[in-house]
Amino acid sequence: MDLIAVNIIDGLVTGLLLFMLSAGLTLIFSMMGVLNFAHASFYMLGAYFAYQISIYLGFWMGLLIAPILVGVLGAGVERYGLRRVHQYGHVPELIFTFGLALLIEEVVQFVWGKNQMPYETPEILQFTAFAIAGNSIPAYKVFMIFISVTIFIGLLYVLTRTRIGMIIQAALSYPKTVEALGHNVPFIFMGVFGVGTALAGVAGVIAGPVLSTFPGMAFVLGSIVFVTIVIGGLGSLWGALVASLLIGWLTTFAKSYNLRMEDLLTTLGFNKPEPIWDSAWQDLWTLTSPQVADILPYILMVLILVFRPYGLFGKRDA
Amino acid sequence: MRINMKRGILAALAIGVSAIAAQAENVKIAFIDPLSGPFAGTGTNGLHQYEFAAEELVNKQGGVLDGQMFEIVAFDNKISPKESLIQLQVAIDQGIRFIAQGNSSGVANALTEAIDKHNRRNPDDRVLFLNYSAVDPALTNDKCNFWHFRFDANADIKMDVITDKIAGTEDIKKVYIIGQDYSFGKAVASAAVRFLTEKRPDIEIVGNELHPIGKVKDFTPYSRKIMASEADAIITGNWGADMLGLGKSVLENGYTGPIYTYYAAADGITAAFGEAGKGSLRLVAEGALNPPASDRAAAYVEAFKAKYPDGNLSQARITNVIEMLAKAIDQAGSATDVVAIANALEGMEHDNLWGGKVFMRPQDHQLIQDVHINVHTDDGVSFDYDNSGYGVVVENTVPMAAMDSPTTCKMRRP
Amino acid sequence: MTDLTQTTAARSSIMPQVLPWVIALGFLLVMPLIFTSNSALTIMNQMAMTIIFALAYNMLLGQGGMLSFGHAVYMGVGGFACVHIMNWDAFFGLIPLPVLPIFGGLFGMGLALIVGAFSTRKAGTVFAMISLGVGELIAACSVIIVVFFGGEEGISGDRTYGLPFFGIEFLRQIEVYYLVVFWLMVSAVLMYLWSRTPMGRMANAVRDNPERAEFLGYSARWVRFYSFVASGFFAGIAGGLFAINYEILTEENLNLTQSGAILLVTFLGGAGFFFGPIIGAIVFTLLQTVLSLETELWQLYVGALFVATVMFFPGGLAGLLMLHAPAAKMGRLSHLAGPYAKVLFPGIIGTLALCCLIELTFHLRHASIGDHEMVLFWTTFNTHSPVPWLLFGAIAAGGLWLAKRGAPDMAEAFHEANVMKGAA
Repeated sequence: MDLIAVNIIDGLVTGLLLFMLSAGLTLIFSMMGVLNFAHASFYMLGAYFAYQISIYLGFWMGLLIAPILVGVLGAGVERYGLRRVHQYGHVPELIFTFGLALLIEEVVQFVWGKNQMPYETPEILQFTAFAIAGNSIPAYKVFMIFISVTIFIGLLYVLTRTRIGMIIQAALSYPKTVEALGHNVPFIFMGVFGVGTALAGVAGVIAGPVLSTFPGMAFVLGSIVFVTIVIGGLGSLWGALVASLLIGWLTTFAKSYNLRMEDLLTTLGFNKPEPIWDSAWQDLWTLTSPQVADILPYILMVLILVFRPYGLFGKRDA
Repeated sequence: MRINMKRGILAALAIGVSAIAAQAENVKIAFIDPLSGPFAGTGTNGLHQYEFAAEELVNKQGGVLDGQMFEIVAFDNKISPKESLIQLQVAIDQGIRFIAQGNSSGVANALTEAIDKHNRRNPDDRVLFLNYSAVDPALTNDKCNFWHFRFDANADIKMDVITDKIAGTEDIKKVYIIGQDYSFGKAVASAAVRFLTEKRPDIEIVGNELHPIGKVKDFTPYSRKIMASEADAIITGNWGADMLGLGKSVLENGYTGPIYTYYAAADGITAAFGEAGKGSLRLVAEGALNPPASDRAAAYVEAFKAKYPDGNLSQARITNVIEMLAKAIDQAGSATDVVAIANALEGMEHDNLWGGKVFMRPQDHQLIQDVHINVHTDDGVSFDYDNSGYGVVVENTVPMAAMDSPTTCKMRRP
Repeated sequence: MTDLTQTTAARSSIMPQVLPWVIALGFLLVMPLIFTSNSALTIMNQMAMTIIFALAYNMLLGQGGMLSFGHAVYMGVGGFACVHIMNWDAFFGLIPLPVLPIFGGLFGMGLALIVGAFSTRKAGTVFAMISLGVGELIAACSVIIVVFFGGEEGISGDRTYGLPFFGIEFLRQIEVYYLVVFWLMVSAVLMYLWSRTPMGRMANAVRDNPERAEFLGYSARWVRFYSFVASGFFAGIAGGLFAINYEILTEENLNLTQSGAILLVTFLGGAGFFFGPIIGAIVFTLLQTVLSLETELWQLYVGALFVATVMFFPGGLAGLLMLHAPAAKMGRLSHLAGPYAKVLFPGIIGTLALCCLIELTFHLRHASIGDHEMVLFWTTFNTHSPVPWLLFGAIAAGGLWLAKRGAPDMAEAFHEANVMKGAA
């Protein structure tokens, strides 16, 4: 029972972290209609920038400055790269972000080298917040939950309760009309892209110390972010939140409990072939849930796309 | 237009591939390992150690035979088996007879089979495979061949040493085994189970699991399970980001016991663990940096650090590869007759720069050497890793580990 | 009644249609006489396989408008199947090696049949994401299902155990080269013919406007499905050739990096033209094998080249070449030579100098202490003296400035060359 509570907290941390990435991505998708493959790369840049800043000014300044830098960089990419490619159509846009992801990884390696960066959590947060049945929950995790929830509430407030948010929402659905009303729509798009990438930057800053900062960190995270927003429904903020938490808990629980295929098959009435290492079915029989935990989201995504192509909360086809 | 295009390629191929013909006097060793991509750090560091060893241990001593120098030629295999086979072909075309590779047993498997086939099909330009790091036991057992020599202790030998240490520690009652889901991770797990049940049947193996390799972002769920199992010791074969992720997560969640592991030093990992790993991380490895085995070894490390301040002497066995190859070439009296050189390497005894002797076992071409258990700490560290102040210090030594271990190798000699 | 006109038209156009293929074949047959080393043969084999795979991929991307992020699995599964056949002595001893790739194709096609059944219902993002999901699943399975995929170290076989083919046992690389060339020609011709069939034409229609295609009475879904299955077949053939050439298949044949690379290759070459992927495959293989021998930073350059291609030449290299087709038809290419040389020559020199600056920076940061020397273009430089920095900086700035200055002239010349005489 206690372990379940601990796993719920762990899954929440994973899910919320994923949410910070997918929130920006899903906003950008609503805007451009294209998946930004370089999104995880901005997350990586956030971590590296914050590490570099933390050497001179400490962790907290890194948390403040790095996302702004990433956001400015993202806005620049939109202004000078994507806007240019946009005229050629969706596929080149997508491929542009794909190439950008490769390029950013190379540039990061060029500047910072290929090794792990010793990017640490701030000392003030290096204590155990509380413990459940001997399982300690570090204060940093509580801090991560706090930051992510704050961002979600802030984002929701801005998008639904403020004038700027209204204009953004209108611009996403009816860009021409909004432009005719005298708003600078390209500027709004650039801003949304900048904010979206800055969110990814925040995720990088706070995830860097716990999930380690290395050139492959974008690749490891890789496509799971797309999976999240596809499951949640493209363009839906709530969908992104629900899907993130779902994936967070799904993978956490699958890893924490050793569900074995052997037990399942035996319950279904199959007989285990003996000797097992000589059987063609050996891999099926020895399968355990931690082995497949990280590919469960992909299975979920394929199923959702086949049976409900607009995702859990999406209003339109992907 | 298309024809012009292809003509251009012709020129490019001519520059790229046939910049080959120039045959110098040097004895060339092809270093085929990742020099770009995620493992480039390890590969580049290995290359520096080879270049340094060749310069310091052979060329400055006057070379081999009548003054031929060693030259390391680097090939980037991007840690891909396919690329390795292409680069192997390029190396062979350049007239190189010695292939050194170490990172990834998958690549080593591909190379050893390709070299075996090549040597059978082309008896005129045979090559030798000097495996300095790939530790999959199969390479010197079922998949052994005459052209392959392994200079690192294989995964089974290292596990033998780890389990000796665990068996000798009375208060370890529960052991948790966790590893990456692939050949090496599985080999580590099965060896651990085998040796533990043999040496200490009373030890309970409270967990034995595999996780996807290179895909786990957050190890917290695994460390929760490890904590819940109340394990006294952890055994893992993880390396790279998986090692760092697992280790940090377990320690963060309050684990204080020993973590027995193969690869948790250098390449940024030592620095990233820092204080957190002190006293917990225990590495099994050959070659002793701390305390230095001799003044000569200490001077060697100092010279290396002077040349590569950001580098790490993390693969001590490379000195054995270079010294033993030089010795074998001198004994064979030829730098091109690889059969004679292989015969000279078989059964060779050699004084290890890092202390003790080493012996190339003729049955399976596995180098038998002293294997140590090192502890990650900042006490008594003469030579640290990653310039972090932390390094590994020898805690236990098993001399000539696994000298009489059985092998399933049926060596076919030419 | 149109039959007559069509046949005469076909007859008159048969020469220019066949000629490029004959030239290509002759070229392929002569290549090994020029480059005799085994490594050159291996690189050319690699090129040929990439060409087949890229052409197969372009059946989806270029001709069908379907973006796939997991196409490596069809090549990989075909290859794995072929290695298993190689290891199945009783059967492999009965078939000659040159037949083997067909089995690869069949297995690739089989998998495409299964996946295509549900993935081709929609195009666009849904198709792309399903392909990503399926690709990731099968790649992950490669380390879990050891029986078929052999785990991380993969599975290997020996091609020489097959039935000798007219006395050839495929011991030597040159024999494998001719086998690969045979399959390259066969697959390329078949894929070209496919693009000329009504089926191939309908794929284009479905790509451009699925609704209109539906109104014409074609099911967009089935058109996509057939393209997908055919693409899977040829990808499988490429996989079979991979199995023959390398005699080993591993997890890397299935993973997303491989799938991403083929997207890169196809787009770099130009997805809009049949021969685009061929150029892409040749350039990419050369970059990967030859450039990586020269510099550790090759991926940086490839990445930059790729992003620049997408930004400035969305038609890829083939698109760039075809821009000159009208001028060539009017015999005005020679008018372009002068202005082009004025821009391209300094431009290329400037870019190379820029690369040298990058290499210098890299060397300065990462080389060992006391190692101040590096070789760039057969010349040794001291990285700690200002000389090379100033030299390359000046060349880069000068070259790029000259190129920029000549650019308007070049654009004008290009424009002129493409305008009909008297039209202005």
